[in-house]
Amino acid sequence: MEAISGKALVLACSAVGAGVAMIAGVGAGIGQGYAAGKGAEAVGRQPEAQADIIRTMLLGAAVAESTGIYGLVVALILLFANPLINLL
Amino acid sequence: MNGPEIVFHIGSFPISETVRNTWIVMLALTLFSYFGTRNLQRVPSKLQIVVEGIVGAINNLVKQNMGEKYANFAPFIGTVFLMFMISNLMGLLGFRAPTADLNTTVAMALVTFVLIHTNGIRSKGIGGWVKGFLEPLPALLPLNIIGELATPVSLSFRLFGNIAGGSIIMMLLYQVLRWLSVSVFGLPFGLFQIGIPAVLHIYFDLFAGVLQAFIFIMLTMVFVASAE
Repeated sequence: MEAISGKALVLACSAVGAGVAMIAGVGAGIGQGYAAGKGAEAVGRQPEAQADIIRTMLLGAAVAESTGIYGLVVALILLFANPLINLL
Repeated sequence: MNGPEIVFHIGSFPISETVRNTWIVMLALTLFSYFGTRNLQRVPSKLQIVVEGIVGAINNLVKQNMGEKYANFAPFIGTVFLMFMISNLMGLLGFRAPTADLNTTVAMALVTFVLIHTNGIRSKGIGGWVKGFLEPLPALLPLNIIGELATPVSLSFRLFGNIAGGSIIMMLLYQVLRWLSVSVFGLPFGLFQIGIPAVLHIYFDLFAGVLQAFIFIMLTMVFVASAE
């Protein structure tokens, strides 16, 4: 087995870290699903307020999404603008 | 997926794709405003109906969400909304969206941040504004400061992450379709790139783009109005 260079190890671990960071998407998915379910319930209860409910639901879903987006930003930094390589 | 490329230099100052595309957006909005408001008639033309509809909708939105007191925020909110919406839609024309660059979104989120706190100082006074950080306990001051700083971070990262993520996914899809048509089916050019990505463009560019611009202004309005 040949020796692994330090740079290769950092790159490999960064790729794994980017994948792990995207687990954050689980929380965003659950939150958005919850928002959509409650929105459907509300429309069922008050069909005449559908426009307002959909607007509020989309706003809440987009705010819930931001945690997943944080994970995505961390993954993007690790993949495309890796700060760890320069530390070697 | 690389960062925005440098397209040309003015003197020794590099002009990136983001700046160039933002200029295109500015030019489009300026021309639209100029020709839309050039000769206003009592009986409106078709373009004037469109302009009046946009202005009326934004005015109503601001009054609904911030109250009559902040009606003078409508021009700012409307400008931010139109700029971000057109920027997010630029992916449809093959340009790199200016909002897929963190610089654009951070700049706008910092404007929102300054607005929130100037509005807080204006309505509560310096003393009241400082006292707001000491609630409910003075020991929570660092947490309050971090919480206030999290606002521009979350605003800018939400917009940037959505648009950049969408453009990365679209780029990967185009590459896969090109590989399928050239390497697998032996076609001379990327035939599968025609038509198939349109479905995803509808979601990532149209729906997510308009929605994220709308979210940005909604949160700006809510934060500024609640800073009293």
